[in-house]
Amino acid sequence: MAKATASASQRLILWLLLAPALLWLFGLILLPHLDLALLSLRERTGPGEYAFGLAQYRTFFTEPLYWDVFVRTATISLIATALTLLLAFPIAWTIAKLTRGRLSTLLFAVCLIPFWVSETVRTLGWMILLRETGVIPGLLVTLGITEVPIEMLYRDPTILVGLVYTSLLFMVVPLYGSLESLDDSLIEAAYDLGGNGWTVLRTVVIPHASPGITAGCIVVFMLTLGNYLTASLLGGKNSLWFTEQIYTQFITRFNWEQGAAFGFLLLLLSSVMVWTGLRLSGQRFSDVMSRT
Amino acid sequence: MTRWSVALRAALWAGLLSCGASIANAAGGTLRIITWADYVPADVAAQFTKETGIKVEVALSNNEELISKLRATRGAGFDLAQPSQDRILGPQQEFGIYKPIDLAKVQVDRIQPDLLATVRRNATIGGRLYALPYVWGAEGLVVNTKRTQINDYLDLCHADLRSRTSVRLRRPTLMAFAFAMDKDPFALYGDTKAYTALMEQVGARLIACKANFRFFFDNRDQLLNGMRSGELHAAMMWDSGGWRLNRENPDIKFIAPKSGALGWLDTYALPARGKNEAAAYAWINFTLRPEIAARIAKAIGNFSAAKGADQLTDPVLRAQFAASFPEGFKSVRWYPAIPPGLEEIEGRILDRVKAAK
Amino acid sequence: MTTFDLEAKALSKRFATHTAVDALSFGVERGSFFSILGPSGCGKTTLLRMVAGFIEPDGGDVEIGGRSMCGVPPNRRPVNMVFQQLALFPMMSVGENVAYGLARRGVARADRERKAAEMLDRVGLPGLAAKRVDQLSGGQRQRVAIARSLVLKPTLLLLDEPLGALDLKLRERMKIELKQLQAAFGTTFVYITHDQSEALVLSDRVAVMNSGRFEQVGTPQELYYSPATPFVAGFVGANNRIDGQVSAIDGDLVEIRSAAGWTVKARRHGTLKPGDAATIFVRPEVAVLGRSTADLALAEPAAVHQGTVESLLFDGANSAVLLREQASRCEFRVALPQTGRYADLKVNEPVFFSFAADRAVCFGVGSSHG
Ligand SMILES: Nc1ncnc2c1ncn2[C@@H]1O[C@H](COP(=O)(O)OP(=O)(O)O)[C@@H](O)[C@H]1O
Ligand SMILES: [Mg+2]
Repeated sequence: MAKATASASQRLILWLLLAPALLWLFGLILLPHLDLALLSLRERTGPGEYAFGLAQYRTFFTEPLYWDVFVRTATISLIATALTLLLAFPIAWTIAKLTRGRLSTLLFAVCLIPFWVSETVRTLGWMILLRETGVIPGLLVTLGITEVPIEMLYRDPTILVGLVYTSLLFMVVPLYGSLESLDDSLIEAAYDLGGNGWTVLRTVVIPHASPGITAGCIVVFMLTLGNYLTASLLGGKNSLWFTEQIYTQFITRFNWEQGAAFGFLLLLLSSVMVWTGLRLSGQRFSDVMSRT
Repeated sequence: MTRWSVALRAALWAGLLSCGASIANAAGGTLRIITWADYVPADVAAQFTKETGIKVEVALSNNEELISKLRATRGAGFDLAQPSQDRILGPQQEFGIYKPIDLAKVQVDRIQPDLLATVRRNATIGGRLYALPYVWGAEGLVVNTKRTQINDYLDLCHADLRSRTSVRLRRPTLMAFAFAMDKDPFALYGDTKAYTALMEQVGARLIACKANFRFFFDNRDQLLNGMRSGELHAAMMWDSGGWRLNRENPDIKFIAPKSGALGWLDTYALPARGKNEAAAYAWINFTLRPEIAARIAKAIGNFSAAKGADQLTDPVLRAQFAASFPEGFKSVRWYPAIPPGLEEIEGRILDRVKAAK
Repeated sequence: MTTFDLEAKALSKRFATHTAVDALSFGVERGSFFSILGPSGCGKTTLLRMVAGFIEPDGGDVEIGGRSMCGVPPNRRPVNMVFQQLALFPMMSVGENVAYGLARRGVARADRERKAAEMLDRVGLPGLAAKRVDQLSGGQRQRVAIARSLVLKPTLLLLDEPLGALDLKLRERMKIELKQLQAAFGTTFVYITHDQSEALVLSDRVAVMNSGRFEQVGTPQELYYSPATPFVAGFVGANNRIDGQVSAIDGDLVEIRSAAGWTVKARRHGTLKPGDAATIFVRPEVAVLGRSTADLALAEPAAVHQGTVESLLFDGANSAVLLREQASRCEFRVALPQTGRYADLKVNEPVFFSFAADRAVCFGVGSSHG
């Protein structure tokens, strides 16, 4: 009897301990999503009157604009993720393998710099630098590289640069973690057995780091996919970012139903991408999550 | 929709968006206003607090965000809102976010009658008035006359202005271009099909013009900076911004376009579940005093709806107005109330413009 | 005419102020098992890594198979290395590990799978190609690490304390296996260790290394029975050490007197004169033990010392007794005879012991190279 009550009270304590997390999960994640799901399945029949229907999803598939923006957002996010990986890998490698102590701390700090100012300030800073009358186009003219100042804003490459810059740290950290744990003697052994830089990278370093690579890619992809400010401010009149569409639907069009449907489609897209990523890299979700 | 899910949603969004601010500040001594930048000058608010003991808290917004916020809380969180007069009818019918004005509590005789009439026409639902006029102005063209000489919206599309102009990707732009194309969109408000067709035409025109738009501006400063730096030569803009630029650089002029300037009129409206109604009425009456109204008008750079404020208006502003509107108000067109559903049509057109290459 | 698979010529490496390898020159004969024995930190790994090509020497040259390795990167050298922690690739199967080097040489898949399987057979791991590395026992991994290198038929196989991570029993077994593998393949092994027993059991020749230099290079027997320096004498085998001053010289024999007043005779190594500080080393198994002087049954006349039992160190065939010399209270270790006699000695029991002076060796202090 005493034992039974003890375990019952233990279970109670466990529930009490879990309660804040569960409440949070339920109240701030599950409930809004349920609500969004319901919202996305309504269509407006008159002022303040709604009925169940799939009109919101139909609009998405019939209006090529939304579909295009969706695909474009996914594509640019993928490219940004790939670029971030390419850029972050040497940085992570340098921090993990080539530097010690102060220098690697310094390198980490450099990756942190983007986060010392808010995203808005950072992005506006970029705009000041890159606009036609800004610092960099002016510099190009002074150096004689271009004849007249060129507008560097509102171009896809600029968006990409902005997205990559913002995401770098989120790639460097998991990569650093997985490269740090790579025993140097494995690399030496691979060289010793006749490998060269490329084959060692391909056969030893990348397979070892692949949970970190996958984790970093997932995080960066989700971040860019959900990015709002950088994509819309640097993108200017052609930015066409899917989160911007969602914002527009919710805030400027008062069309919560459409916005909710878009939100769900975005959620679906990122889930599919994560799943595909895990599939391609042959990783298990739990392994990857332990890296992030 | 079940009652439960409506209640749930309201509770949820209220909780998320207003983040408890509404609960903490519900004290009787506070007036919470959601309004545009500059609409509540600090010195005016200070004087109000001194006279009445009511603290003033201001949240900045534009029409769309204002409506969205009130919709999310079903009209709670603020005691006073200042939407444009044409944006009251539709959202009120759709979302019920305002409550009617009790004219007995307002010194109505201090309001310019013709402006009050305009608002009455557009913001009366079921025989009850939902708004009072506050400040008005017009939207037209701001032109750097050193660089170009244009006088209508369609001129923004001239080949030699490539990447040198800007408009907002919002409904006023659609209206302005429609008028410039010699059409009257307001007349078609009631005819969804014809209106859609017109909007499609306007959309096509804007798409053809897109190369000329350097960017679609989102806030005033973005546009002002574009004009100041010379990156932009002409743009569709509110009068106050245009006159401000004019004061800084006489080459930049605000002009009423040939097809007519569009008049906007921002109002006082009471959010449906505002807590401090008494404070809201006190503020309305306070700001209708001519000398206060004149101070507000000067801070905003536009004109007050209060009687007698015009006489006290800044002479520079009056001169600028005379230069921009040689025919006075005659050429200004007021927006009629937007019936529910129209904005969805416009929204799709705007999206297409944005997506066009 | 001997051919050398490895020749080091005045090889040096300095780290900041510290000289890790100090102008070393030596040769390793083809097909031999060569060990480098030294305490940890003496520069063994540094030396081996210079041979493998992972460290650039500051001076001198390495020749492998008669070819200078100056400027040749590790992946082009005809040597392979078995790492201290083995460094098997955990992301690959056993078979892939063994075939790794072949793949890098562009050997076709089918070919290298066959060769890897053959090699696994030869090292006694038939049919394990598909296993993951972490499914193997320590000893099996050891063999995979060696197989992975040997499959490339290197001129030289370098092994950096490969048995260090194994437990004692396994280490004993792997010692024998290593020896057999080396004999079977005939590949030249260069083996480094700080464990004298490994070096003595495995090697054809052993170099004893100290502070970046070789103290002595020779067969295990030479090192054991004729250490050339006090360091070698002290490092190889558990030696008794007696410090003192030369009190008399008699041809090849010297007599020294310890500070505590014990007088001992030993074979002279190098030149000594009376009054010099000197050290004598006597191996425990050289001394004989008895309860009475008669028990000692000396074949030739030798000094008889008296002591008391301090403790009994029972270790089967390697059992010994720790004594204190009566007058000087000096510690002295004597091996117990294999017969089991004296296994019943008691602590504090008085005993007699003796050793032939020519089987003890005396070095002058400060004359490390005699
Ligand atoms: N990369 C290095 N930088 C500085 N000192 C080193 C480095 N590698 C080794 N050493 C030093 O050189 C000496 C020899 O090291 P090592 O060759 O590893 O010795 P062993 O393998 O015999 O234990 C040690 O004192 C060690 O601290
Ligand atoms: Mg070592």
